Amino acid sequence: MATNEMGNYTTTQTLETFGFLPKMDQADLHAQIAYIIANGWSPAIEHEHPRNSTDHYWTMWKLPFFGETDLNNVLGELEACHRTFPDHHVRLTGYDSYTQSQGSCFVVFEGRS
Amino acid sequence: MSSKSYQAGVKEYRDKYWTPDYVPLDTDLLACFKVTGQPGVPREEVAAAVAAESSTGTWSTVWSELLTDLEFYKGRAYRIEEVPGDAESFYAFVAYPIDLFEEGSVVNVLTSLVGNVFGFKALKHLRLEDIRFPIAYIKTCGGPPAGIQVERDRLNKYGRPMLGATIKPKLGLSAKNYGRAVYECLRGGLDLTKDDENVNSQPFMRWRDRFEFVAVAIEKAQRETGERKGHYLNVTASTPEEMYKRAEFAKEVGCPIIMHDFLTGGFTANTGLANWCRENGMLLHIHRAMHAVIDRHPKHGIHFRVLAKCLRLSGGDHLHTGTVVGKLEGDRNSTLGFVDQLRESFVPEDRSRGVFFDQDWGSMPGVFAVASGGIHVWHMPALVTIFGDDSVLQFGGGTQGHPWGNAAGAAANRVALEASVKARNEGRVIEKEARDILTEAARTSPELAIAMETWKEIVFEFETVDKLDVS
Repeated sequence: MATNEMGNYTTTQTLETFGFLPKMDQADLHAQIAYIIANGWSPAIEHEHPRNSTDHYWTMWKLPFFGETDLNNVLGELEACHRTFPDHHVRLTGYDSYTQSQGSCFVVFEGRS
Repeated sequence: MSSKSYQAGVKEYRDKYWTPDYVPLDTDLLACFKVTGQPGVPREEVAAAVAAESSTGTWSTVWSELLTDLEFYKGRAYRIEEVPGDAESFYAFVAYPIDLFEEGSVVNVLTSLVGNVFGFKALKHLRLEDIRFPIAYIKTCGGPPAGIQVERDRLNKYGRPMLGATIKPKLGLSAKNYGRAVYECLRGGLDLTKDDENVNSQPFMRWRDRFEFVAVAIEKAQRETGERKGHYLNVTASTPEEMYKRAEFAKEVGCPIIMHDFLTGGFTANTGLANWCRENGMLLHIHRAMHAVIDRHPKHGIHFRVLAKCLRLSGGDHLHTGTVVGKLEGDRNSTLGFVDQLRESFVPEDRSRGVFFDQDWGSMPGVFAVASGGIHVWHMPALVTIFGDDSVLQFGGGTQGHPWGNAAGAAANRVALEASVKARNEGRVIEKEARDILTEAARTSPELAIAMETWKEIVFEFETVDKLDVS
């Protein structure tokens, strides 16, 4: 590789986990939701306007989907949230009741800015 | 019943301290020593001597022993085992009554267990392999100031290991240039950066100036990335007073985490600092300079699993554990054995990992395992497999040695990390498929592609000096 092409890394809003990967497609999302469910975590959806994205608490989209096992239902809710708040970031969390933490959390849709 | 009479003189240790029928109590503190006696001394006598010299005994009988009930206070050697593949040494198991130790003081425990006994003439070598702390004792210790779960919540890092780097060159930068290096790493995608352990407050960069510029770097990186960032400000100092002064200032400038070297600084300083952190909402990163002096010899010293357990009790939110794959010594199973001791709430005995006792940690918070030293992007899938999510993976040279600089190096590592985590979650065996996963990820990240090219030849393959004793 030509080393005289010096890369110029520009800082971007990366919004934590998976912020450095290309946007996930349907199959990618399925796999991550399946991982959350297989771990026994509860999927949950939150959304927030980009200007408040560093707040700890985002607005919840309904209650966490306790006991949900159908990937498509979770995907459907993510899309419904995105349709309702197209200018908001939408993130998916897997609440882990054993560690009392979040086993997974990443932004699925970025709000239009 | 009057009972005993005083007879001056020297007794055989085993008369009193070798008790093979003893069944340890749940409240006993148990220790396993690897003992290498001088030739000709019977094993029971050597084991009993270790129990005696690390508890109530001394070489001669004294009259004042009869004023107390030494049967209640004495340590007991209760089992001897062969060391697999080693005819010269054996394991001695010793039970100590809990009242021998001051509550909440690993200082006191170590002063007893690894005190004079290690210089005892009847021994050629002695190594403390493991300690079983009774849950009753653990409950008296403060432990990690925050713990894994609280740190994740404060820093907003979920579902993956955290990513860090030690700022290089480790000595000689001015405070402002140092802050620049920190800013570049953080804006590029690292979660945390670290002072090198040698960085305290030297003439080229006084601590106060460093803290101020690092705080500026963190603030700007957070604002631009929308992510939470931190830098371990090293507050290790020559006196506790100075250490606390620096810790207070780190808090004042808004840094979420500070750092301490627990062995060179000492357990008293460490426990005090951990308490301060708990009271002040600060996270505590623990470095382990000097550990290899104590833990590397397979027959003498203290195994790192003991030091790691003591640190969890004394207090720290991160502890360096080696990388298994990088430039520093570390057997994989042995490392996994003490990583469990840092993070789990119960660790069962498992000789294949060098764990000699069941260890119940109760509700004590967990400590992040820190893998640092000679690692780069090619190691990422292996590191994620070995250390799992509750770890901090630190790439010093592997970030700042990137041909395009720190930010690009950080981005390369972050892409490699996230690609590995994503693939793992998809059910792929990432250690085996490392090349495919990284190559795939590099297609959309020129930073990663260059990093892979830069470090493709670097491997560290030397035999481990301190191997586990397994048959």
